Amino acid sequence: MKLPVYLDYSATTPIDPRVAAKMCECLTLDGDFGNPASRSHAFGWNAEQRVEQARAQVAALLNANSKEIVWTSGATESDNLALKGAAHFYQKKGRHIVTVKTEHKAVLDTCRQLEREGYVVTYLDVQPDGLIDADVFRAALRDDTILASVMHVNNEIGVIQDIDTLGTLCRERGVLFHVDAAQSPGKVALDLQKTPVDLMSLSAHKVYGPKGIGALYVRRKPRVRIEAQIHGGGHERGMRSGTLPTHQIVGMGEAFHLAKAEMAEENVRLHALRDKLYNGLKDLEEVYVNGDLQRRIAGNLNISFNYVEGESLMMALKDMAVSSGSACTSASLEPSYVLRALGRDDELAHSSIRFTLGRFTTEADVDAVLQQIHTQVVRLRELSPLWDMYKAGIDLKSVQWAAH
Amino acid sequence: MAYSEQVIDHYENPRNVGTLDTDAANVGTGMVGAPACGDVMRLQIQVDEQGVIEDARFKTYGCGSAIASSSLLTEWVKGKTLEQAREIKNTDIVEELALPPVKIHCSVLAEDAIKAAITDLQNKQA
Repeated sequence: MKLPVYLDYSATTPIDPRVAAKMCECLTLDGDFGNPASRSHAFGWNAEQRVEQARAQVAALLNANSKEIVWTSGATESDNLALKGAAHFYQKKGRHIVTVKTEHKAVLDTCRQLEREGYVVTYLDVQPDGLIDADVFRAALRDDTILASVMHVNNEIGVIQDIDTLGTLCRERGVLFHVDAAQSPGKVALDLQKTPVDLMSLSAHKVYGPKGIGALYVRRKPRVRIEAQIHGGGHERGMRSGTLPTHQIVGMGEAFHLAKAEMAEENVRLHALRDKLYNGLKDLEEVYVNGDLQRRIAGNLNISFNYVEGESLMMALKDMAVSSGSACTSASLEPSYVLRALGRDDELAHSSIRFTLGRFTTEADVDAVLQQIHTQVVRLRELSPLWDMYKAGIDLKSVQWAAH
Repeated sequence: MAYSEQVIDHYENPRNVGTLDTDAANVGTGMVGAPACGDVMRLQIQVDEQGVIEDARFKTYGCGSAIASSSLLTEWVKGKTLEQAREIKNTDIVEELALPPVKIHCSVLAEDAIKAAITDLQNKQA
């Protein structure tokens, strides 16, 4: 087993060696290094062919048309392009947008910007399991609503929103539906012939492709219009200018191709590993899974070890790369807004650890994690005055804490 | 963010973890922080008949720097009078543990904890 063990696949993934090999074919003089926009020579034509093949590979995973894929620098840019692009284009129709409190910052901060521009945004609560109540969503759509944005798979708790139902509700009201699907490819089957999504943000580096490349799906039937946010040479049919990074695009294409080919098998394997991890932890006293455990991607386990602070636990798991919703891990000293949106007490948010398993996770990795967590949770609880009080039967909520 | 060697040492080998008899006349207890804020420190001191701190114990819920700050403080206060212990400043802890700016609040909490323990003891003995 290789140490440290990487269990942070929702943060990013290593590039699959098969992907890296394809990318390397597009870098040097003897490879397809040309500018795909060069129309006058074979270097350009070959690069263009590579880019179009990758576009088809990305489209295939979505069961979409190649012409509906616009390359971007990543899901953050895709979210910006989708939200600002649609809001600006359709502003005469209305200025109301609906989104959800547990969205990624790339969506929430973009919505904040749109608010500064005069748009009105409704931020919906989720249920304690992290899922959206479709009735609440339906009720939030107004006559002047132009756009709704909902993430497919949550990056922190891994829960899967029912985008079929939510998309159908949007269609009924003539509202555009954007889905941030940065965490979905290779984990949840997508079929945009069936699912009524108008705009979908995608990322390569969450699915064993390179960082710095993503895509925005823009539906053609019925046609969705967006206003460009980056202007220049008119690439990507005017929706996103900038020289196409052939090697990055080829990497994303290959990554999506592999994800499609291996998803079914890989999900079974990850599910078994995740269950093993969960079963090995659930007998520790006072542990709580954050978010619904069933409607969740196979590789995610977000769990709170009550009375143990998350950062100290991560520090104890020296040979493990995981992440935490603890305030101490963020620059703002605020605990995870996603966990707070579930209605979790702040102390449970401070005590949360996110394990995300992936393509290179082995059973030996999970065994090692279990062994370390057991030792360290017991040790840190021995150090914890809160654990003492809990054991003495003191209700922590009855204590007058001096907040600081 | 990387931790300093001193923080790691105290975190991995915390000194003076434990509990003293809260009800004893020569024991002072200070508990500061809040679970919702992500750190709670309980610091206890025990004085001898001359008023010198002969034992100190702590338990801390918090990040590695919070644990290290309280562990360090228990080492420092032993053998000191209450007046001397009250002199300890959070900046001394910051310096000794090489805490980064984002962790200074851990040292502040530790200073608050020892002050609270001293006050508790003085109230008992008054």
